[in-house]
Amino acid sequence: MSLADRSIALGQNSRNRQRSNFELYAWLFMRVSGIVLIFLVLGHLFIMNILDGGVQRINFAFVAGRWASPFWQIWDLAMLWLAMLHGTNGLRTIINDYAERDQTRFWLKMLLYVSSAFIILLGTLVIFTFDPTIG
Amino acid sequence: MATAPVGTLYRGGQGMWSWVAQRITGIAVFFFLYVHVLDTALVRVSPEAYDLIIATYKTPIVNLLEVGLVGAVLYHALNGLRVIAVDFWARGPRYQRQMLWGVVGIWVVVMIPGTYYMMRHTVEALFGATP
Repeated sequence: MSLADRSIALGQNSRNRQRSNFELYAWLFMRVSGIVLIFLVLGHLFIMNILDGGVQRINFAFVAGRWASPFWQIWDLAMLWLAMLHGTNGLRTIINDYAERDQTRFWLKMLLYVSSAFIILLGTLVIFTFDPTIG
Repeated sequence: MATAPVGTLYRGGQGMWSWVAQRITGIAVFFFLYVHVLDTALVRVSPEAYDLIIATYKTPIVNLLEVGLVGAVLYHALNGLRVIAVDFWARGPRYQRQMLWGVVGIWVVVMIPGTYYMMRHTVEALFGATP
């Protein structure tokens, strides 16, 4: 293990040798968000894919009916944010594990963060600005 | 099969392969999530645009992919609980293999009726028979 690898493993920035607890909080976040997501995502999949005809009954009117209720708006918003942060952190870990060159690792993570931020903002905007009378 | 090294859970055997599967299902679900937020965003374009993209979700091949998606999410969720038990429960590492069989067992028990309900319409449309 090189010194650079070692400082990554210890969660240390090579420029700043001070210990950071970021990796600990990221590890804990995966477990806490994972438990919440079990209810949100499995509930979502059960309602959308299995209950009452499953995916065959989904259309614009179905979405409009659900998002008329703040309960499902908050459900979907929480699911969007938690799932995106959980998945982004998972992919960050995978990039750190397998991309060996510093440059590759840096740019793959930049691509990940920019696309994740775009998806989170887009999804949030869609939930808050949904208009059932459009078109 | 060679025995796994003592004192580690993630090197070799079921401990390692369940971890590999956790990564693969995680990546697959995450990429689908990107696509899914984009297709849902079409509700801001027009009802017709949204209904058109949702129609692809109702086709037989995509319907089959949905079963795969639910299977991937379910494994990731159940094995995630097992990882939490390994990390926080004092006896978790000792029972990790038994817990993996529990994960596989629950997965099979849920996926059999789940697949039936998810695929029922597609099977009826393709073969005409009402199961």
